[in-house]
Amino acid sequence: MNRERKAQLLQGNQACSLAAIDAGVRFYAGYPITPSTEIAEFMAEHLPRIGGKFIQMEDELGGMGAVLGAALTGAKVITATSGPGFSLKQENIGFAAMAEIPCVIVNVQRMGPSTGGPTSPAQGDIMQARWGTHGDHPIIALSPASVLETYELTVKAVNFAEKFRVPVIILLDEVVGHMREKVVLPDPAELEVVDRKRPAVLPGSYRPYETDDTGIPAMADFGTGYRWHVTGLTHNEEGAPTGQADSVERQLTRLFTKLDRYEEEITLYKTFKTADASCLFITFGCTARSAAEAVNILREEGLKAGLLQLQTIWPFPRKVVKELTRDKELVFVPELNWGQLRGEVEKYAPGKEKLYGINKINGELITPQEIAARVKEVAKAC
Amino acid sequence: MLKDIEGMMRTGRLPHIWCPGCGNGIVMKAMLEAIHESGLNTDKIVVVSGIGCSSRAPGYLNFDTVHTTHGRALAFATGIKLAKPELSVFVVTGDGDGTAIGGNHLIHAARRNIDLNVILFNNNIYGMTGGQYSPLTPQGRFATTSPYGNLERSFDICDLVRGAGATYVGRGTVYHTKLLTELVKSAIRNKGFSFVEAVSICPVSYGRRNKLGSAPEMLKWLRDNAVAVKAARAMEPEKLAGKFVIGELYRETAPEYTELYAGLIARIKEGS
Repeated sequence: MNRERKAQLLQGNQACSLAAIDAGVRFYAGYPITPSTEIAEFMAEHLPRIGGKFIQMEDELGGMGAVLGAALTGAKVITATSGPGFSLKQENIGFAAMAEIPCVIVNVQRMGPSTGGPTSPAQGDIMQARWGTHGDHPIIALSPASVLETYELTVKAVNFAEKFRVPVIILLDEVVGHMREKVVLPDPAELEVVDRKRPAVLPGSYRPYETDDTGIPAMADFGTGYRWHVTGLTHNEEGAPTGQADSVERQLTRLFTKLDRYEEEITLYKTFKTADASCLFITFGCTARSAAEAVNILREEGLKAGLLQLQTIWPFPRKVVKELTRDKELVFVPELNWGQLRGEVEKYAPGKEKLYGINKINGELITPQEIAARVKEVAKAC
Repeated sequence: MLKDIEGMMRTGRLPHIWCPGCGNGIVMKAMLEAIHESGLNTDKIVVVSGIGCSSRAPGYLNFDTVHTTHGRALAFATGIKLAKPELSVFVVTGDGDGTAIGGNHLIHAARRNIDLNVILFNNNIYGMTGGQYSPLTPQGRFATTSPYGNLERSFDICDLVRGAGATYVGRGTVYHTKLLTELVKSAIRNKGFSFVEAVSICPVSYGRRNKLGSAPEMLKWLRDNAVAVKAARAMEPEKLAGKFVIGELYRETAPEYTELYAGLIARIKEGS
């Protein structure tokens, strides 16, 4: 593990693992699945060196359950998987949302549906990340486009999970997960690292789901005398199961809205040449790399293109999408799926008739040339 | 004794949700007696359960408690114990939760020999969902999903976990309450994966459908058909037919998982 601040060749999955450790993660449980396995392998090697724990569980459900158990003892936790494994984890991700247990789930997306394409890139888990588990629930999903961004967003993911007590999903794609790039990582000592809020009251008066004006309840580590109850059932401020309508409504309303006031802090994105653009790309992950190059190609040909790269996918960055699409003549959403992100953009972008998808589902990347060609084709028709 | 146990309960959450005549409260009491008599630090106890009637027990217990997803108690418990090995971790599960949907976790937790105390409340039925057959419903018995008699053979769950690598295995019943307490105490003393099957009764969803009589009659059936392990060894197999063996069934010593992991960490640090 090279921790010196100098240029090194690093893979996306390795950058994710390193960042998790630098952000304080000390527990990994999971089940191997391509193309995420390098994360498990990295953790198996490095966690015990620093007193952390790694366990390869018997299945994906067990991997998700074990990280939640560890999180209850106070550990910062992470697990990694890919499409089908992510599906299997969903019930326990819902449990984490309901019981407000901080955890990070890396989903290195692969082609679906079903077993799909194990080493083929895809970006088809936008909706699974948001709605894979049942019921309404808060969730954060982040998606990096480079190895360095993978490092940066993984640190953010761990911090968000701890601060807001929510499951945070890192939507990598196979390209970014397996890509090797030259990076200079920040000094871990200078990272901003967030720890969950622990109770300030004595054990006898601790009410685990009572909040102050932050909307985020304090969380006691198991084994420190607070003796609290955790359940996936609807529960009151005490953590006791209840079906009383007013109590259920109060807690669920807090749960469903707890991220609302932090929307700005959670919304991460990058823009590239958007100021004077008449044509805007909105995309994420590896496709943002192609779109950025398409911007250059189109500008050389005199078409003012720009790029909005979403790093936060959920909660959906509706304000920035609304703002940036307002005066654009053309909006394109390139993505490696049948149009999952485009559907969200449509909700918030005015002038829906000018919104176009650029989609590819054959296991290959969308090239900058393909994006540029599609734009020219549409522009000619306009 | 009752006073000592009361301190380990969230009495404000009573009455419990279990039906009249249910054996679950008896198992819970035996477990608390064992915890009390073992002198465990109650701040360091975690009780984990899955879903089902038995799995509601942790809600009434004044420790750190988790009522997890269906079948996943052992996965959560594995994470808890591995992350913080100084905790005493108990898993409360039922025959459906522990041996059907959670069966995979059960055999693998036993295989690892991770230091967990598993108490499986066996009432031979899915009680909370209204009486469907479980992997421990005997062949031929009736349930809402086996209206013509259960075709499936049932597990001997004690044999199964022993085969998977458990280092302590015992079986008690809600009739033999002192034995049950002793079994849980032995489970606590064992450093490794300990499994106690507590044969319970479900007069409402199982007994009624199978014409086994009222709760006291079901308890008498347990009394008359349980054979102590010592006596069973001296009995002819045909005399044992239809009966079941109770007591300490198996004990061995094997390296425990979290200790092995601590050893691994020490070994790596020494080498670096």
